[in-house]
Order: sequence, then structure tokens, then C-alpha cells
Amino acid sequence: MDFLNAVVQGTLLGGLYALFAAGLSLIFGVMRLVNIAHGDLIVLAAYLGLTTTVVLGVHPLVALIVVVPAMAGIGYVLQRGVLNHTLGDDILPPLLVTFGLSVIIQNALLEGYSADPQKMDAGVLETASVALGPLSLGLLPLLTFAIAVAVIAGLQWTFYRTPLGRAFRATSDNQDIAQLMGLNKRHVFGLAMALALAVTAVAGILLGIRTSFDPSVGGGRLIFGFEAVIIGGLGNLWGTLVGGVILGVAQTLGATINPGWQLLAGHIAFLVILAVRPNGLFPRISG
Amino acid sequence: MPEPILTLTGLDAFYGDFQALYGVDLEVSEGEVLAIIGANGAGKTTLLRSIAGLIGNEASQITYRGRSIGNARPDVVAQMGLAMVPEGRQLFPSLSVEENLMIGGRVNREGPWNLRKVYDLFPILEERKAQASTSLSGGQQQMVAIGRALMANPDLIMFDEISLGLAPVIIRDIYKALPGIVGGGMSAVIVEQDITKALAVSSRVYCLQEGRVSLEGRSDAVSREDIARAYFGVE
Ligand SMILES: Nc1ncnc2c1ncn2[C@@H]1O[C@H](COP(=O)(O)OP(=O)(O)OP(=O)(O)O)[C@@H](O)[C@H]1O
Ligand SMILES: [Mg+2]
Repeated sequence: MDFLNAVVQGTLLGGLYALFAAGLSLIFGVMRLVNIAHGDLIVLAAYLGLTTTVVLGVHPLVALIVVVPAMAGIGYVLQRGVLNHTLGDDILPPLLVTFGLSVIIQNALLEGYSADPQKMDAGVLETASVALGPLSLGLLPLLTFAIAVAVIAGLQWTFYRTPLGRAFRATSDNQDIAQLMGLNKRHVFGLAMALALAVTAVAGILLGIRTSFDPSVGGGRLIFGFEAVIIGGLGNLWGTLVGGVILGVAQTLGATINPGWQLLAGHIAFLVILAVRPNGLFPRISG
Repeated sequence: MPEPILTLTGLDAFYGDFQALYGVDLEVSEGEVLAIIGANGAGKTTLLRSIAGLIGNEASQITYRGRSIGNARPDVVAQMGLAMVPEGRQLFPSLSVEENLMIGGRVNREGPWNLRKVYDLFPILEERKAQASTSLSGGQQQMVAIGRALMANPDLIMFDEISLGLAPVIIRDIYKALPGIVGGGMSAVIVEQDITKALAVSSRVYCLQEGRVSLEGRSDAVSREDIARAYFGVE
């Protein structure tokens, strides 16, 4: 019973991790950029959500209407203004620059919001639950999981069924030839980062409803997202969801054995899968 | 003689410190088919990549329809009506055959070419349209690469060694399709190792040798001896 409960709760938690991971995966897929600041951008989105709820007096989910376009805009400007200049044959510059960006975001958030933990108030959504047989499932985790599935389905559709997705894939395949097709790769990369940070906005708000956060928690979110991407297999969006679920289940199972083992169990699951399948469970399957 | 649409004036091209082209002068007229020949490493691909904008040059060294494009971005050059069929085909492996063609049509210029016309030219591609482009034979991949460039409805199309690595029958088929492609007033620059083929389809020919133009003339007037000399620099 405890076991079943842990598996179900962990699966739902995996939806949140998949949302952490999706943007990371998309960016790596399109431009081979590992964004060290990804976790801090999630936290930034949570703070933007907090400010929106406070200033406009709206529910955190309504704040998505503001935060999603805001993060997308930040993503586009960040890519065109900074990150595009770091891309090239050498993989080190983007790592260094996004690491620097991570530090800058953390310090700016400390300045702006202090180190005190914050939380968004989502009212009844936080405590409501539905009974499913012997299990009691929180409405928020259920909603989070449903949103994760919808977001990944939407990204998948964008990637494989739209002209934008075609441009993403072509640019990822061969930047030179993509440009010969009239694609401005700087713009394409800007759009990819905008889309990734739009997803990050959703992740940040759901995170900020679920738990309290402070400017330092970005690193942990980066690790979870990163592990979910690697477990699922690079470049596979549905794999990312599976990766998130595996990580979530490992963590909740670990926690039922001993609360202190929650994070450790997740990392162990990651390492075991990495050892057995170095390319993740579903590497680079398309369509 | 019709107006040149593309003019190279003293074109130099570099890979870092290495200079690959030295002061190349060249003109392409409206509706003309030009051949560029030369030994391996002579600079033929470098020349095409410079025109396409993949290699940055001094702005004034390349003019296209009166505009200096030597330092223009490749996507801008493509929008202006220059298309390239690159050496080694270079299809997008994550795109299906049809998607490869459709992305060629992205520049959205007016003109006779569309998916239907490309499928009429190369019917086999319609049968294979949903397949991954990597699953095609070399000749079929070359057809996709040509169709992808045509989808842009270019004014000038550049072919970089379209017969490389293909069986003779396939090469014959592809060259049979050429008049139907360039007949509509489109200009073409054809880089080709097979000198007989190059001379047969073109009206004028340039030979490159170690980054310099070593011969220029009418394709029906240059002699084999001239070409041999221009090719290898032997007297
Ligand atoms: N990316 C590069 N970096 C440095 N040098 C290069 C690069 N590409 C080509 N070169 C050099 O530039 C010169 C011209 O090369 P280019 O590819 O233009 O020749 P080519 O005439 O197309 O030859 P081929 O018939 O083999 O295709 C050669 O000396 C080649 O070694
Ligand atoms: Mg070449």
C-alpha cells in the first residue's frame, strides 16, 4: 500500500521534473547548448509569478498569462543578445556564460527578494485531493502531471508537425545548409530559447505553488531536469517525461524507506540507468 | 550580350590565415549556364560558398543584381534568389523527403517551382516522400537536393559536383533533367569534375587552379590542351 502510494505520488512528481527538463532538452536538441542557468531561470519564473500574484492580486495559475510571455521574451532577448555570441565549435564558452548567468540571476533575486523563502498561495488547489480507491491524490500534483503531458505533447507537435519545428530540426541538423534555406539561425535559436523559457515559466509557477523557494534553489532544479533528460535519452521529449517519472518514483520510494534518502535515491537511480544505458532509455527516436 | 546578374571582382577568400581564392574575376549573365572546373582543392567549393554567403568576403567583391553581397548573411542571399545544391548533397537527416523539399520552399519566392513540379521532374521522390531522406539511394538524395534548391524559385542556382559518387546511369538521368531546370531563364553555375559533361551543358567555362582563374572561355571554343594546361599548370 505504502509502496503503491509512493509509486503513484512519485509518478505525479515526475511531471514537474519533466517540465524542468523539457526546456533543457529542447535547447540542447536545437543548438547543443547546455544551459547551466536553467534552474535559476525556473526560480526567476517563480518569483515573477509571485510578484504578479501580489501586484495584480490574481491566482498563481492566472499569473501564467503574464509570466509565460514574459519568460519567452526574456528567452528571445537573452539568446539574441548574449547566448548566440557564445555558440561555435567550442562547447566551453556557452557553459561559462550560462554559469555566469546563473550567478547573476541568483544575486539579482537576492537583491530583489532577499533570501527568505517564499511561496505562492494557490488557495484550495494546494490541499484539495481526489480519492482513487485506497489512494488519495492531490489535485495539484494531478494537475501538474496533466500539464506536463500536455506541454510535452504540444512541444512534440510543434517539433514534428509545424514549419517552426521543421526549422528547429533543420537548423539542428546542419546550420550552414539551414541558412541556405533562408533561415536566420540567430532568429531560429531565439525562438527556441523563447519556447524553452515559456515552458520554464510553467515549471516555475507550479514549483512555487508546490513548495517554498528562495534564490538558491535553482541548482537543485537544474540537476533534476538534467537527470530526467539523461535518463530519458537526449533529444527525446517523451523520454524526458519517462525520465522525470523514474526520478520522481525513485525519490518518493527512497523517502518512504527513510526521509533522508529521498534525493539520494533519485541520484542512485540516475547513476544506475546511466551505467546500464549510457545513452538513456530512448535515445534520439524521432516522430 | 545580356547583363551580368552576378559579378565577382577580385574575390579573395580565406579560411583563417589560409587564403583559398586570389582575386577571382567572374561574371554570370541572365539565363546563362556557366561551368567551373578545376582540380581537387582548386577552390571551386570555396567560390560557391563565398557567393552563397557561407564564407564572409569583402562586400564589394561580390555583386548580385547591383547589390554588394560579399558580406551578406546566407539567409539574406537565399531570399535574394541564389540557391545552392551543396557538395555531398547534405540533406537534413531528421526531415523526411517531403520536409526537405518544403523547407527549400521557405524563402517563398514567386516562380514556377513547387512540390508538384518537383515531383513531376523526379517522380520517384513522390513515392518516397514520407521516408527519411537518409534512406534514399545516392542518386535519389541528389534529386532531393536539387528539388530542395528549386523550391526556392531561385534566379541563379549553383550545383557543386552533382555527379560525385553516383553511378553513370544516374548521372545521365540527372543531366537529362538539367535543360528542363535551367531552360526557364534561370541562370546556373555548375561545378563539375567531369570536363566533358561540364562543357556539354554550359555556354562558358572557367577553370580554377590553386585559387586563381587559369582559363576562361566559350565552352565550345576551348581546346583540350588549353584545359589540360589550365587544370594542372603544366606547359
Ligand atoms: N574548412 C576549411 N578550412 C581550411 N581550409 C579549407 C577548408 N575548406 C577547404 N579548404 C582549403 O581550401 C582550398 C580550396 O578548397 P575547396 O574545397 O574550395 O576546393 P574544391 O575545388 O572544391 O576541391 P574538390 O574538387 O576536392 O571539392 C583547399 O586547399 C582546401 O584544403
Ligand atoms: Mg569542392
